[in-house]
Amino acid sequence: MSILVIAEHDNSSLKQATLNVVAAAKAIGGDIDVLVAGENCGAVAEAAAKAEGVNKVLVADNAAYGHFLGENLGELVAEVGKGYSHILAAAGTVGKDFMPRVAALLDVAQVSDIMRVESEDTFVRPIYAGNAIATVKSSDSIKVITVRPTAFDPVAGEGGSAAVEQLDVVKDAGLSQFVSEELAKSDRPDLASAGIVVSGGRGMQNGDNFKMLEQVADLMGAAVGASRAAVDAGFVPNDMQVGQTGKIVAPQLYIAVGISGAIQHLAGMSDSKVIVAINKDEEAPIFQVADYGLVADLFEAVPQLEEELKKVL
Amino acid sequence: MKVLVAVKRVIDYNVKVRVKPDNTGVDLANVKMAMNPFCEIAVEEAVRLKEKGVASEIVVVSIGPKAAQEQIRTALALGADRGIHVETDEEVQSLEAAKLLKSVVEKEEPKLVILGKQSIDSDNNQTGQMLAALTGMAQGTFASEVVVEGEKVNVTREVDGGLMTVSLNLPAVVTTDLRLNEPRYASLPNIMKAKKKPLESMSPADLGVDIAPRLSTLKVEAPASRQAGVKVADVAELVDKLKNEAKVI
Repeated sequence: MSILVIAEHDNSSLKQATLNVVAAAKAIGGDIDVLVAGENCGAVAEAAAKAEGVNKVLVADNAAYGHFLGENLGELVAEVGKGYSHILAAAGTVGKDFMPRVAALLDVAQVSDIMRVESEDTFVRPIYAGNAIATVKSSDSIKVITVRPTAFDPVAGEGGSAAVEQLDVVKDAGLSQFVSEELAKSDRPDLASAGIVVSGGRGMQNGDNFKMLEQVADLMGAAVGASRAAVDAGFVPNDMQVGQTGKIVAPQLYIAVGISGAIQHLAGMSDSKVIVAINKDEEAPIFQVADYGLVADLFEAVPQLEEELKKVL
Repeated sequence: MKVLVAVKRVIDYNVKVRVKPDNTGVDLANVKMAMNPFCEIAVEEAVRLKEKGVASEIVVVSIGPKAAQEQIRTALALGADRGIHVETDEEVQSLEAAKLLKSVVEKEEPKLVILGKQSIDSDNNQTGQMLAALTGMAQGTFASEVVVEGEKVNVTREVDGGLMTVSLNLPAVVTTDLRLNEPRYASLPNIMKAKKKPLESMSPADLGVDIAPRLSTLKVEAPASRQAGVKVADVAELVDKLKNEAKVI
């Protein structure tokens, strides 16, 4: 078997999710090649070559791939991937965008968001917002798979020495152009891979009150998230959303503040190692999944938490 | 321009999902069904495009059992002009759904196809992208804003870390994210009017598509449940437990 892993990156650095996906590839077994498609992405290829268990790094460096447009990546990956038994990418917004195109171009099904590998053709994935877990078997000759990064422990990012090979395959579908992007600038860790996440819900009452959470988060080196209710209410942008339709997180510590614990939210965070809930409603469903629950008014508890953390950190 | 909207009949958003005791699937007997929430957003966007004078006709299509006509009627009540029902009682997976929609696209030749980004049952997030690939169209996935300008459509996409705007050649496929719009409710007079709007029914065979699934579900289980932990009395106790018991800070 031979597995092609599509690297997730920003043209300058390799995202950790790629190491999680390589771990999923190792669980399948076989030679693992990594495809780095981007523009001026040489540093990414070098980083990918150091990842544990990687056989070869293929680099497609062209302006056509600079913004990871699904039309172009789809054609490239279908072309490069047709000689492999498996094609894997992280189930982030880039992978979710281009991978179904790859599957359709190869006339195979896609298995989305796998959490576990049972065998080379059988995978475990959540359905119904994680309220059910399905084991599915693919009968296709090429398995196109997106991987939930938090479900696999990453391989080491150092120590490997894979060969790096330049590809001169240029696929510009000419269907779409990049116009602009507005990326949230933050010195905090990335929500999807942070070790600690502090999230706020509807109970925060407004966007300004999220500053309280940010102060607590900064003390702990944590990322700040939000429930869909807080996003829908316009308190914070959607890229902070944790849940079925937002980001899936599984940090060491998840602190839910003013979050009731709707199924859609639990689907995005219930794999966290330790869950803390702070809510004034002691009947809130979040307490049913919390390791430590504090029934309190968050506007009193959060400033106290900041003070207590300052004493111990 | 003509807009095609695809909608799916799924378990209602508010229903608690139960796995069948024999682990063959999820219990759908006597469960309330509804239009997938992302598909509601797709219908709403099409209706708004029509209200702005950008869309001239909205065709709504659904694949599924006879009962899926309820969801088509709902879309007609919300403002779609006519319906197409691809009727089948078989399970239709994403690739096969995309192939069926491709056949519909070839017949109808819409300028824009709008779908939900994912359905809340299978959570696959595939069909729109697959349809775009099979028809050679551009795609604007996870859209939070859609602006048609001449022969292009600008789509602002919800991506990890923020927003990204792309310009797509028409015809194109757009898949909706939550913040694109807030769907309206159908009024009673419009629900009555919708009953008279045209609805055409056809089978997958009529469209020449083999819908045999490529993926087989071996079993469906309930997720491992988390045990509720302890309640702490105050913030000081919480911090103490996190530091000394859980050792996570």
